[in-house]
Amino acid sequence: MSDMLKSYRFREEREADWRKLDLILTRAENSGVKRMSDEDMTALPHLYRQAVSSLSVARSISLDQNVITYLEGLCTRAYFFVYGARTTMGERMAQFLRADWPEAVRGAVFSTILAALFLFGGAALAFFLCLQDMDWYWTINGHSFFETRTPDASYETLRATIYTEPGDVGQDQLSAFSSYLFNNNAQIALFAFALGFAFGIPTAWLLVWNGVILGSMYAVFWDKGLGYEFTGWLLIHGVTELFAIVLAGAGGFVIGGAVAFPGRRSRLASARDAGRKAATIAMGCVLMLIIAALLEGFGRQLINSDTVRYSIAATTLVIWMGYFYLPRRRTSA
Amino acid sequence: MTTGTVTPNLQANVEAARRRRARMAEEQRLNKMVRVLVTPEGAELHLKLATAAERAGAFAIDVAIQWAIVIASLFGLQAIAGPFGLGAGTNIAFAFWLVFFFFVRNFYYIFFELGRKAATPGKRALGLRVISRDGGRLTANAVLARNFTREIEIGLPVQFLLMGGDQLGAWIALFGLLWSGIFLFFPVFNKDKMRVGDLIAGTWVIRAPKAQLLTDISQVVIKAPRTSLFNFSTEQADAYGIHELHVLEDVLRQSTPEIKAQVAARIRTKIGWVMVPGETDIAFLEAYYATLRRRLEQRMLMGDRKTDKYDVRK
Repeated sequence: MSDMLKSYRFREEREADWRKLDLILTRAENSGVKRMSDEDMTALPHLYRQAVSSLSVARSISLDQNVITYLEGLCTRAYFFVYGARTTMGERMAQFLRADWPEAVRGAVFSTILAALFLFGGAALAFFLCLQDMDWYWTINGHSFFETRTPDASYETLRATIYTEPGDVGQDQLSAFSSYLFNNNAQIALFAFALGFAFGIPTAWLLVWNGVILGSMYAVFWDKGLGYEFTGWLLIHGVTELFAIVLAGAGGFVIGGAVAFPGRRSRLASARDAGRKAATIAMGCVLMLIIAALLEGFGRQLINSDTVRYSIAATTLVIWMGYFYLPRRRTSA
Repeated sequence: MTTGTVTPNLQANVEAARRRRARMAEEQRLNKMVRVLVTPEGAELHLKLATAAERAGAFAIDVAIQWAIVIASLFGLQAIAGPFGLGAGTNIAFAFWLVFFFFVRNFYYIFFELGRKAATPGKRALGLRVISRDGGRLTANAVLARNFTREIEIGLPVQFLLMGGDQLGAWIALFGLLWSGIFLFFPVFNKDKMRVGDLIAGTWVIRAPKAQLLTDISQVVIKAPRTSLFNFSTEQADAYGIHELHVLEDVLRQSTPEIKAQVAARIRTKIGWVMVPGETDIAFLEAYYATLRRRLEQRMLMGDRKTDKYDVRK
């Protein structure tokens, strides 16, 4: 044993730097980038490059398994830290609201129109079927003991579900109900998005089915001459809610289209890009549904005037349209 | 590996060859899970994909945590609302809880995977993390995409499983179960172990456990004064290959004294080493490890990797 092993000497010279990098990374992972000292920040890139080159050298000269495993792990951690996103949650949200969301929606105009056709086509179909023969309502919705809004209900009963008389029903019960509806709708929206993967067929079915239920309900009120009032009751939050469901369906079609018709690119690459865009749309849908639930839970019960309801509905439509489709200057971020 | 004589030796050789083949097949299988990422510096990182079993384990932990949050918050709510009875506050509190439930159900994974470690508590427990398939940064869009599909991968099969009723319903449920089972078992059937969510988000999950840097075994030998006891010849140093060296490393690092004694005895027989007075098993193994590693590293520098003891090229 006259001279030391080459690999041992190699390790001895660099070990201190590896351990320093390890320490900096552990600190950064546990307490965040913002709390890193300036000294660590400036040392990091150098230490990272050194560790990466150590790994390459170690692979060719060292047979110490432990050293190679350690360096492999260290370099992987350092790589994802050095090249990973350093943006905070707040910055990410701002970027999402300012650019990503409207951009993704604007990029899916064709899918949006398609989704709207499915939803409103289903609604129109059920509406006209029910108007011709009210038995269709029972075929579609089945008999439910709890549902009061059926063809058998009287004009007064139906009217009472649209307007809240003072002291009639507890405000809190209605808000509980609207949060239940939010849950349901948001889950359906995410479903419509995810099912797009199966070439968009289940998404189309989901949209049509939701349209059919809406249309049959509409027919019940229309039949009793409450069409105008029901529209106001529905649209005060419905503009936002239906828009959200249409967009969720559009997200599903974006993925379905990319998987079914990838064009010149590989199916995998095409699905990936479409998936990321569609996910942005779906996230936006959840936000829209929260707004819809607020409008439904509070706005609808507190506002009993048809005119005000219609004007709120129109305002929300203008706001959403403007937000999504108005051309805007591209931000550099 | 050819033997001329037909002795009990032959049987041992056949057994050794079988074991070697099995070992190489296992190595190949593990290599299939490795993805090479070339960093902008030009260095290669070998990323090991998480197996389907590890993913399932991490998911089970996460589901348990989610249930714990949901149940705890419900009990907490009851404790707060209880004294006031079924009054006005209960419904509003319940309304908030429902929304909270939705967010725990859908945003638990997103919240944690957007964080610094790009992993949920379940993944962290098993040393896993989510990364972008192209090696770039993991964007928020990708995290959203990979988690919004969870509903159809897990939720849909469960829903069909709970469905049933009359005969027609049962048939629909069976068909639905088979169909949605494709989504559930998707990770098992592709070589990258991707979920549907990973596929559309352009991500995959790797194993990145924190390894400890242990002391170099050869260091003991270099610093100890008794090393002159062990002077191995070149032939003795050539008896084994890299595989045996790594096994010896594992034995020295983590096995019991009995196993060390057995291994030492086998090596002594193999290389024809006569025990010197005052020699201990550990000292012998450490000295032989250092010699073997030196020899193999020298040969490796000349571009000659002796993979194991059967590799007898000169």
